[in-house]
Amino acid sequence: MTTITKDNITDSLLATVHPNGNSEAAQVIRENGFPTTKHEEYKFTNITKRIESKIQSFQQAKPLGLTQQDVSKAMIKDLDADVVVFNNGQFSAELSSLGEGYAVTNVTNSEAPFSIKDLYDDSYLALNKASFEKGVFIQVPKNKVLDKPVLLLNLVKANDGQLITPKLWIDCAENTEAVFIEQTVSQDEQAYLLNGSVEIKTASNSHIHYYRVQNQNNEALEVNNLLTDIHRDSTFTSFVLSLEGDMIRNNVTLNLLDSGCEGNMYGLYLLGGKTHVDNHTNVDHTKPHSESNELYKGVLADTSRGVFNGKIFVREDAQKTNAFQQNNNILLSDEATINTKPQLEIWADDVKCSHGCTTGQLDEEALFYLQARGIDKKQGKALLLYAFAGDVLEHLKIEAFKEYCIDLVQKKLGTNF
Amino acid sequence: MSKDNQILEEFTSKEYEHGWSVNYEADEAPIGLNEEIIRWISAKKEEPQWLLDWRLKAFRAWEKMTEPEWANVHYPKIDLQKLRYYSAPKQSKKPKNLDEVDPELLQIYERLGISLNEQKRLQGIAVDAVLDSVSVGTTFKETLGKLGIIFCSFSEAVHNHPELVKKYLGSVVPMTDNYYAALNSAVFSDGSFCYIPKGVRCPMELSTYFRINAANTGQFERTLIVADEGSYCSYLEGCTAPQRDENQLHAAVVEIFAAKDAEVKYSTVQNWFPGDKEGKGGIFNFVTKRGICFGDNSKISWTQVETGSAVTWKYPSCILKGDNSIGEFYSVAVTNNYQQADTGTKMIHIGKNTKSRIVSKGISAGKSQNSYRGQVQVMKRAHNARNFSQCDSLLMGSKCGAHTFPYIDIQNSTAKVEHEATTSKIGEDQLFYCNQRGIATEDAVALIVNGYAKEVLNQLPMEFAVEAQKLLALTLEGSVG
Repeated sequence: MTTITKDNITDSLLATVHPNGNSEAAQVIRENGFPTTKHEEYKFTNITKRIESKIQSFQQAKPLGLTQQDVSKAMIKDLDADVVVFNNGQFSAELSSLGEGYAVTNVTNSEAPFSIKDLYDDSYLALNKASFEKGVFIQVPKNKVLDKPVLLLNLVKANDGQLITPKLWIDCAENTEAVFIEQTVSQDEQAYLLNGSVEIKTASNSHIHYYRVQNQNNEALEVNNLLTDIHRDSTFTSFVLSLEGDMIRNNVTLNLLDSGCEGNMYGLYLLGGKTHVDNHTNVDHTKPHSESNELYKGVLADTSRGVFNGKIFVREDAQKTNAFQQNNNILLSDEATINTKPQLEIWADDVKCSHGCTTGQLDEEALFYLQARGIDKKQGKALLLYAFAGDVLEHLKIEAFKEYCIDLVQKKLGTNF
Repeated sequence: MSKDNQILEEFTSKEYEHGWSVNYEADEAPIGLNEEIIRWISAKKEEPQWLLDWRLKAFRAWEKMTEPEWANVHYPKIDLQKLRYYSAPKQSKKPKNLDEVDPELLQIYERLGISLNEQKRLQGIAVDAVLDSVSVGTTFKETLGKLGIIFCSFSEAVHNHPELVKKYLGSVVPMTDNYYAALNSAVFSDGSFCYIPKGVRCPMELSTYFRINAANTGQFERTLIVADEGSYCSYLEGCTAPQRDENQLHAAVVEIFAAKDAEVKYSTVQNWFPGDKEGKGGIFNFVTKRGICFGDNSKISWTQVETGSAVTWKYPSCILKGDNSIGEFYSVAVTNNYQQADTGTKMIHIGKNTKSRIVSKGISAGKSQNSYRGQVQVMKRAHNARNFSQCDSLLMGSKCGAHTFPYIDIQNSTAKVEHEATTSKIGEDQLFYCNQRGIATEDAVALIVNGYAKEVLNQLPMEFAVEAQKLLALTLEGSVG
């Protein structure tokens, strides 16, 4: 199905596979190659070509000489959190400050704790699995409720190589609660490819949130895979805020493996310049009585491009499923493009599934109303856009993080649009 | 549960009522596909050189193409070399009018309830009947001729109006558009041609009736409708085929060209043989239908009721090129047993102030799979484009599937595009409400389904609406989930 692109890029990327790396994953790449726009899943996002033109050094970036000061500078304001630091994609125990009651261990390439099935045999995910150097395994034991969120801080910069490959596993036992916040902080404006993956497994009755902010430098290329297996009566919520970058691809896969599961996916992308953000989400309902909600909103200006593909699968057994999906977009410029494809695949009859999708622009009358009351056009626009986009942020749990996101969103809407 | 089973049983054992076939002497091409066959067909039809060249060009392009696999349907590969590409009822001489047509052939249409003779006059529908590869007869030619409307079989048009055919053939669906369109361009046998001159409002419904009779024969017809400035026409298409164990291929191309201020309404009730309840046999319906709103203020409207075919692969589309042009797509697709349908539309907004509306209602029962696949594209210069899409799926029974694949690609900031989709089954509360008022479950289902599909059925011309409603009731009778 996949078309192999120019051999040199496949070879260059394959050469980065770790000597002890996952041989199965390397095999996937050899068979499939890296996707081009001929590949249905990458139809609008030609990241392989982008990598080819922007990345010169196909080597893992070396860890940076970071100090505790660099870490505190990258911290989210007012956020009281445990910190797990990735130095150019590699786990750094020295720089991290961990809390009590859960385990954070270093994982080398030969010892993956578990692997969640990827429906699409994504070559970038395979590359991540085969070539990461120091990954992290977080285990939350039974009945543990983490009182602080865990901040996953990724400090990055092209350094003797432009590939950055963070890898994370999270295993949550029964009756647990935890919030993870991932923030990547770029140290300069050089291009790099961040190819990360997170695999999360929850036992029954655990409630996990995974938030991510993407406001890196505008040369950054990024492919992210978030895969989760959710078991009985558990909830999982993902959130992604995309603001800056050159080309970003986010894959989120939620496998709802038992009844009583709830999966939520939220996303907000506010794009200007030539930023290209592609969100691909999958929810797989396999057992009866589970629920999923999905809300992605986007504002696109300049020559930016947004891609949204939301898949909902409801398998034969999954009767009484409720699945909702919504994607709303506002285009601010004729040069901006949105490609959206909400997709429902249903094999069970007693279900309630719906998706809605809109693309439009700001209401001129509302803007006029504000202008008539002495609010200038730019400010009025920002206000209306915030009214449109803000409700996605309402789903965030940690107050300080929410404030941080609101601040980022308002700043972006106030200046760039 | 037992009652449900019983009803389901009754329903699934329902026979396909058009499943008979007739033996008549036929003029057939040798089996297989190569340049020789194409030359043979072309010579048989006494076609001019330019058309033969066009066919051969399409064939050469087709040879380089591969069969598309992206559709959400699964079927055994068709060996195109084992098909017959031309089959025509043998007639001693060319009939000049309907009176000279072999009565046996006319009887076939009588059996289908389509009279090519007198009765139709009362109903005011002009019919072009296509049996296997050729058009058998066209009614009302004279009446239409007075208004300057050309409505005839494609081969006739090639001989009598070559300038029109040459101008518009392949202008909407280029010969290399896709695998099946290219195949059709190479081997198409007949079809209907329709030209409405400037400012003429066609006074009656134009209709083509397709029938596959011969075994192992592919049907490749081509319809070309040209509506000149300010004209209007409403066009109907119906189809049936005999019940056979092997799959038959139907790969048609329909092109519609609407000039300035013109309006074309195209309605289909597709009732090809869907295969038996084990999924054996049935028609593979791989059709390319596309219209272009070429001039300003033009309008093309597609309405389809799909109940037949084992596998359907069909996307009637509109290219909205003229400013203020309008495209519409209304569809009810019903699948039962092992039927598979992958159908939908494409609305390509190019002109300013273009509008499109998509209403798709899928109903799946038994072990069938029903997919909606659509694309709404707003190009950079299509200011103030407006689209509303709604695609709903109704599931009956726990073994069927409903899928939606809508692509929405917007490049203009003034576009307003809305899409919504829902999937559900018939609510127990709805059934209960009906039962309570003395309506039997089965009737209630028919009632609810009819209500569900009403929005689309309302778009059909009267004659068809009745047929479609009957078809729906017949196809879904008793399939209480």
